[in-house]
Amino acid sequence: MADLSINAEKARALDMGALLKDAGLTAFVAFALSISLVGFQIKDASGGLQLITRFGDVAVVTAIAFIGRVLLFLLRRGRGRAVLISSAVLAAVLLLSILASMTPDSLPQAIVATARAVLPFGNVVLSSVMLIVLVVLAVRGYQVMTHSVHEMTMEERDREMDKVAARVQKISLFLGPLALVFAIALPFMPFADRRIVDIGTLVLTYVMLGWGLNIVVGLAGLLDLGYVAFYAVGAYSYALLAQYFDASFWLALPFAGIMAAAAGVTLGFPVLRLRGDYLAIVTLGFGEMIRIILLNWYQFTGGPDGLSGIPRPSFFGLPFTRRVPEGGDSFATFFGLDYSSLHRVVFLYYLILALAMITNLFTLRIRKLPIGRAWEALREDEIACRSLGINPTNTKLTAFGIGAMFGGFAGSFFATRQGFISPESFTFIESAVILAIVVLGGMGSQLGVVFASILLIGLPEIFRDLQQYRMLAFGAAMVLIMIWRPAGLLAHREPSIRLWGRDKIGKKAEVHS
Amino acid sequence: MSEVMLSFSGVHTHYGHIEALKGVDIEVRKGEIVTLIGSNGAGKTTLLMTTCGNPRASKGKITFEGRDITNAATHEIVRLGIAQSPEGRRIFPRMTVMENLQMGAIVSDPAHFEEDLEKAFALFPILKERQDQRGGTLSGGEQQMLAIARALMSRPRMLLLDEPSLGLAPLVVRQIFQTIKEINEKQGMTVFLVEQNAYHALKLAHRAYVMVNGEIQLSGTGDELLANDEIRAAYLEGGH
Repeated sequence: MADLSINAEKARALDMGALLKDAGLTAFVAFALSISLVGFQIKDASGGLQLITRFGDVAVVTAIAFIGRVLLFLLRRGRGRAVLISSAVLAAVLLLSILASMTPDSLPQAIVATARAVLPFGNVVLSSVMLIVLVVLAVRGYQVMTHSVHEMTMEERDREMDKVAARVQKISLFLGPLALVFAIALPFMPFADRRIVDIGTLVLTYVMLGWGLNIVVGLAGLLDLGYVAFYAVGAYSYALLAQYFDASFWLALPFAGIMAAAAGVTLGFPVLRLRGDYLAIVTLGFGEMIRIILLNWYQFTGGPDGLSGIPRPSFFGLPFTRRVPEGGDSFATFFGLDYSSLHRVVFLYYLILALAMITNLFTLRIRKLPIGRAWEALREDEIACRSLGINPTNTKLTAFGIGAMFGGFAGSFFATRQGFISPESFTFIESAVILAIVVLGGMGSQLGVVFASILLIGLPEIFRDLQQYRMLAFGAAMVLIMIWRPAGLLAHREPSIRLWGRDKIGKKAEVHS
Repeated sequence: MSEVMLSFSGVHTHYGHIEALKGVDIEVRKGEIVTLIGSNGAGKTTLLMTTCGNPRASKGKITFEGRDITNAATHEIVRLGIAQSPEGRRIFPRMTVMENLQMGAIVSDPAHFEEDLEKAFALFPILKERQDQRGGTLSGGEQQMLAIARALMSRPRMLLLDEPSLGLAPLVVRQIFQTIKEINEKQGMTVFLVEQNAYHALKLAHRAYVMVNGEIQLSGTGDELLANDEIRAAYLEGGH
């Protein structure tokens, strides 16, 4: 008996040696990695390059790794109270110093300076991330302390997350319109400046591309790695039509869509016998082909110089210019406003919002039509589809063509927004990002695409302060999602039709027609 | 004798160099239930797949209602009025029962969707209860019922069934066969049934063919074959 209790006592006692060894090792790895990555920076200076050393930051990194590891170690050993107290104290210090450094005018200089010195890297954004980590640690510490923590298995967690996704999907009935209202109101919010509206426009462009690709990948289940090709076709269609035929944006828009759809069908026709990985590789090749053609057809596309001077869109014929055209009105004079360069920015924002919503409504509607359901069925089982009388080739071609068409619309919007395009904007990485948005959002989920776009496009833009670390954070986010939600954030398919009673069949039969 | 609906004459099918069907002759007449029995690998499923043009017959001729369908595309054959419930059921697991049934009706006139749905639910009342459930969550028997109901949604004049008894409990098998009989008697549906479960299939069928190694070895009425000693020895001994 005595032996047992001594053993138990030993287990309870903290093995300081192991703790120091563990934390020390982690700190050493952090030091070894950061000494080269963080410790030195090469900067352009007058008269050549200059090497800047940042050993202070290396020390901060090492210290963070050490403290973090100690806290994790304690957590594993069931020392909830210690973790809770220490991380709460650290979080409080960090929070106070963030607050202090953000209000430099109202506090004495000395306090602000101390607060800034406490912040890791002297950076508010990074410190906020640290703060979140500390708060999470504190919560975990509290859970361990009260023994309320329950180690979940992978499946349990998956099921939990799926329940959350299903719930989100359920409230998406409200969430969707709510998001739309927010999107419409965004330019008039007090915090909305030009930068915010620009980021919004960018995010919406990717939302639209995501929704377009969702038709091909999410609904029809055809893995397309060259979607950016259609984006490029749309952009160049508009730019070239404008250059050679003086076509306005509104006139060129449908043409750009048709050209992209034609490109989609042309690509689709020979390759749709392929499946899965093979199809992915061919589409990848197609994407590169388009880019290389644009790059090398110098006389027609301008090659690597790109096309510039692409006309800006007008508001029903009213241009957004400072100079009023002769014998006409500009947007500002027509509505009796003072000229502001923001008008066009806001107009472009609404334009892409409208285009994206058209894409969304189209997809939602077509999912309920036979062709849309045939896409989804084709994704599930091609042989069964054939035995039901569905022509798989035509069905896939329509998916490819329609997906490409929306890519083309987005492309001509991109061209008119930038005013300049070159093959550089249509590299493979764009396809990869759009595909990542679709997959991350949960294949086939419309709202998931919005979330994923905000996550993948919006956050990196907002966190530009992090500079080169933002790609690191991006990678970390992707890894976390792969671990927690391998099927995508909102991967929970809602039936396109649901019946609760016989009396509703009449209504649904109309949907069916 | 009523008119011939589906006929195979001298049909050969190859998988690469392997000859799976070696000149098959079968006739299915209007209003009949015809069954094809045989052991594993005899070529039963190949024959059904060949009917739908996947793989294609390398020699011989297949006609449906007098029309040559040997080289028609799979989806066109279905549109002519042949519905197929393929081997292994192949329902859409992530779609609901209702959506599965809609997929079945995708080539037919939407005007009579409701009526066909009513009929399907009358045949398989359990599907009505399960209509909002995902196909993949149904039991094996329910999935088979769904596969048959889905095939019927296209208003076919002929139903091809590939091993509806596969992997099902005896009680459920009996129920499925009972329904097939009902479809044949009440709706006058012509049924071509491929089965390993020889006893049930022969009891149900008006006429039957026995396939061995890609060739038809025996044919006759269901009762004749049931009484046949060879058949009893090869397919029926050891229970059913």
